[in-house]
Formats: sequence, structure tokens, C-alpha cells
Amino acid sequence: MKIIVCVKQVPDTTEVRLDPVTGTLLREGIPSIINPDDKAGLEAALRLKDRYEAHVTVLTMGPPQADLALREALAMGADAAILLTDRAFGGADTWATSSTLASALSALEYDLIITGRQAIDGDTAQVGPQIAEHLGIPNISYAEDLRIEGNTVVVRRQYEDRSHILRAEMPCLVTALSELNEPRYMTPRGIFEAFRDRTVKILTRADLAIDDGNIGLKGSPTRVMKSFTKAVRGKGTVVELDARDAAGWIIERLQEKFVL
Amino acid sequence: MTTDFKMRADYQEYFSPAHERVRRSVREFVRKAVLPHIDDWEEAGAFPRELYRQAAEVGVLGIGYPEQLGGTPGDIFFKIAATEELMRAGSGGLVAGLGSLDIAIPPIVRHGTADQQARFVTPVLAGERVAALGITEPGGGSDVANLRTTAAREGDHYVVNGSKTFITSGCRADQVTVAVRTGEAGARGISLLVIEKGTPGFAASTPLKKTGWWASDTAELFFDGCRVPVANRIGAENEGFFLIMENFAAERLALAVMANMTAQLALEEAERYARSREAFGKPLTGFQVTRHKLVEMATQVEVSREFTYRTAARVDSGRDATRQVAMAKNFACGVSNRVTYDAVQIFGGYGYMRDYPVERMMRDAKITEIYEGTSEVQRMVIAGALLK
Repeated sequence: MKIIVCVKQVPDTTEVRLDPVTGTLLREGIPSIINPDDKAGLEAALRLKDRYEAHVTVLTMGPPQADLALREALAMGADAAILLTDRAFGGADTWATSSTLASALSALEYDLIITGRQAIDGDTAQVGPQIAEHLGIPNISYAEDLRIEGNTVVVRRQYEDRSHILRAEMPCLVTALSELNEPRYMTPRGIFEAFRDRTVKILTRADLAIDDGNIGLKGSPTRVMKSFTKAVRGKGTVVELDARDAAGWIIERLQEKFVL
Repeated sequence: MTTDFKMRADYQEYFSPAHERVRRSVREFVRKAVLPHIDDWEEAGAFPRELYRQAAEVGVLGIGYPEQLGGTPGDIFFKIAATEELMRAGSGGLVAGLGSLDIAIPPIVRHGTADQQARFVTPVLAGERVAALGITEPGGGSDVANLRTTAAREGDHYVVNGSKTFITSGCRADQVTVAVRTGEAGARGISLLVIEKGTPGFAASTPLKKTGWWASDTAELFFDGCRVPVANRIGAENEGFFLIMENFAAERLALAVMANMTAQLALEEAERYARSREAFGKPLTGFQVTRHKLVEMATQVEVSREFTYRTAARVDSGRDATRQVAMAKNFACGVSNRVTYDAVQIFGGYGYMRDYPVERMMRDAKITEIYEGTSEVQRMVIAGALLK
């Protein structure tokens, strides 16, 4: 079985701090990490590898330093890594990103593609399903459990108040939730091998059979009208009451504010 | 002939992206497996044995050891990155306990037979066995050459009599690398034996109660007619002293790293507290007395850490660094004690309470000036190298 996991290198938002004066994000010196949902997707792939001897390739699109995210994936146990990097890919929205990734994927062999549900720096949750659409394969999103049965993938798909069990024939694409698993640690041995012995395959614009109109800034129909930092609201009040008293307490507060 | 002349120095970074990944991985391990429990383990005076196996799985225990023995060789900064991140648990005792193998097995790695390595190294790196080192005796610590525990040869056994004290991981060690007298008085009459738990005549005390490093168990060991196979002797008879000395640089350097990190954590805690704590209507960081104190602490920590790294690079390159290691250890341990003391002072009454980590750090810092050769012994070493 051949699995390709799409990952994104993102700033570790748990380490991002706000400038106390301007209220803007302080990005300097913030470490980059593999997007958490993608990492869970990678772990799911590695577990399938442990069980079925699957071959796992990680794929990312990004600047040259995204190489580090791929090496982390190799250190965890991925078999191969591909970096899509070119200035022509810069400024891509989800459409251009998914078009570019799908173009690279269409030249590769796969039974299963796994992506994270969404990236913590963009939160669109669009790239995975769009890749499936470009490739014309089934997509199951929000996977909180995943297993293989014959030539099908069985996924428990998370909803707010329920879950669905869905089955799709391979090849197909699954988007993973962080809740899917607890990703393994990189071991020092894995890290040494990833940094010393392994190669990351680099693909550029010239390697893809895709129109200019579908890549980079030019291929991105999304226009960001305005970007702003939400005003920080006051801290909430925490009260610990049992359900009945809590309901009464909330009603009183709402009445005080003339909401009710 | 050409001369390679550069207008600028090559500024060396000690940590590459690979080192940073090891750091990241150990940090994650500490966050998930250690931090939620460390306060309980400190109070209980021990961490679960299971943690050795977990640490081995993450690969923490094997860093710096040969691959064929189950380790992961790499330069010294991999070990330093891992140690620094383990120290982020805020417990020197945990790091000393988990790390007791680093003082116990290096002589076996360097001088042991294949059979000894299979029995006493590989299972330790896998986290299946706990290893300790037994040198210090109730009657003498730094004066290693005059130790009194005897081992008399009887056929293919040594009969060991005597006792050892302040042995890190001594209570639960499955094996102790013990320095014994097999020959003449002085340094040339000492051998190293690996003595296994359960050997008749070998007993360990209950954990000794200490000022700091609570999470590590520390024991007194007793040998009463304890018969140890000659096959458990590491290296040649009467050459044990030199095997012990070989590892001193690495051990002392590790102590310097731990001391620096204790100081670093205390500094971070003090800085955070000083920002949020208000007195006379403004945060403590608004007072020059606090600002200058924090500046002094930060300067001390940074200078100490840089010298420790420089010394580590020297050790790793294979050059003699006896003097520098002793200096690095003394400097770092001094800084650690001063900075943790000042951190408690910034915390005021809260700093004296067990709920605040600086209280533990101040207690933990003291042992670094005593462990692996007291500050006074380090000065003897430095003087010996300086004034020879």
C-alpha cells in the first residue's frame, strides 16, 4: 500500500505572543512545526505502515525551509519526502495550493492520501477536499478513527454531536483530526538519519504539468480584503455550580444586562 | 604556500537543526510524561521505574552511546540538548536518577568485554535495568585513591567487604559499578566490579533523606562477604582508578549543564513573577533594585552557559580539558546557587513556599557544588594544572 501524507509547516501558535502595545502578533523567533492535524495524519499513516508495511511519502509545498518539516516527518518514520518549492508557487490561496499539490500527486502512485483537516495558521479546511476534487477521488473528512478493510478505508467521521462511519474505496483521500491519535516522538536515531542520510526530493514549477493560471498569487481567486487583530475582551468569570444553579445564575446575569 | 586569513571570526553555532529536533522531541516527552507528575514524584522521593523504559523508547537514554549497544552516537551537544530539556521538568533529582547510567556504564562501554556489554550496557540503554556507580564511602569521598572497600580474590570470585554511600539510584539499581581495593594502597590498587542486585552479601539502605534532588533515590550500600564473579571485573585488575578518572570530565560537564539550567529556570520564573507581582502600586520590574538583580542573574547565566558550551566543544574534540571542565563546573555551580538564591529573594515569602518552583531550585542547586567533586576539589584540579 502506498500512502502520501500532505503536511504544512506552520508557526507554533502556542508560542506566538501579542505585542502588548500594538496588539499585533509577534512572529519573530517563533519555531515552525508540522501542523498538528497533519501530524496526526502522518501518525495514522505510520501506524498503517507498522501494520501493513505501507510505504509512506510526505509531501509539502512551501519555502525552502519547509525542508525541516519534511525531515521531522522522516525522523518519525516516513519513507520518502517531496518538497514543492518555487517562487512561482508563492502567494497561493487554497485553490492554487490544492491545484499545485494535486498536480504533483497526479504524477505519483498512491492508494491513500491523508491531509490534516486544517492548518492552525489559516483554518480554512479546504485544501484536503479540494485535492480530492482535482484528482477525482472520494474524500472523507474529519477522521477521528481510520482503518483498512480489504481495498477500502473505513473512517469514523466526527460531527459536533455524533459521528458517521463511512467507507470509501481506495484510492481516496482522508482528512485527519488531531484527536485521531497521539503522534510518536522523533527518536535521536530517526533524527540523525533524517538529517544525515536522507534526501528530500525537490520539485519546482518546471516539474509540474499545470497552467500558470492555477498556481501562485495569479492562480488565487481569493482576495483578502482586510486583516486585523480582534480586540482582546476582558477575562470571563468562572463559577462552579451544579447544572440547576448554573442555569439560574446565567439567567440572573442575562436579566441584569437586560438581555432577557 | 597560502595562508588562510579571514577578516571575521567563524562564529560557531553549537546546535544544528538536528540538535533542535532532539531538543524538541525531549521537550515533548517532558511535557507529556513528566511535568504532570513531577511535583508528586518530588514529594514521594522517587519517580516510577517505568520512566526509564519510556525515556529509552524516546531514545533519551542512548544518546552518545555506540549503535551496536543500542545507543545513538552523536556529538556532545546532542547530549547537552537532551539534558537541558530534561531539566525543564524542574527537578535535578529526576535528571540525576534517570542519568545515573551515564556515570555507571561508560567504563563498561570503553573497557568491558562483549559479554559484559551485552549484560550490563544494552539492557540499561533499553531502560530495562537501572545502573548506579559506587565510589564514595562513609569515610571518604573526594579522596578516591584511598577507598577502603576490599575485594579479595578467591578462585574465580572476589569477596567484597565494605560500604558505599550517597549512591544515586542505589536503592533500586539492578547493577552497581563498584570501586574496590584489590591491591596495594593508593590509586594503583583499585578495580571496578559490577555487582548485581540480589548477590548474597549485598544490601542497600532505604533512601537517604536529602536537602534537594528529592526525586532521585540515594542509598548507602553494604557488602558483607559478597561474592562477585571475576567475570564482572571491568578492565584489568588494579586499573580501576584510571577508568574512573576517564569519565570525570563528562560527569562534571553534565553537572555544569544541569547547574546552568537550574539557574536558567530560576531566572525565567523570577522574571515572570517580577512582571506580574505588584508592590507600592507598580510591578516589581518597575523598581531598579529588581531590574538590576535580574540583569545580573541573566548575565551570570549566559556567561556561564557559553563557557560550558565552549568547554564541551573542547571535550568533544578530544583535547585535554581537565582544567576547563573544573572551571566550568565551579563557575556554573556558583552561578546556580547565586541565581536560585536571588530568585527566591525576588519571590519573597512565596519563594519560601513549596508551591513555587524556585524553592526547589534553590535546594537542588546546593548539591552541584558537592557532587562529582566538591568546589574545593575542583580548585585543587585547576591549581594543579595552572601551577604545575
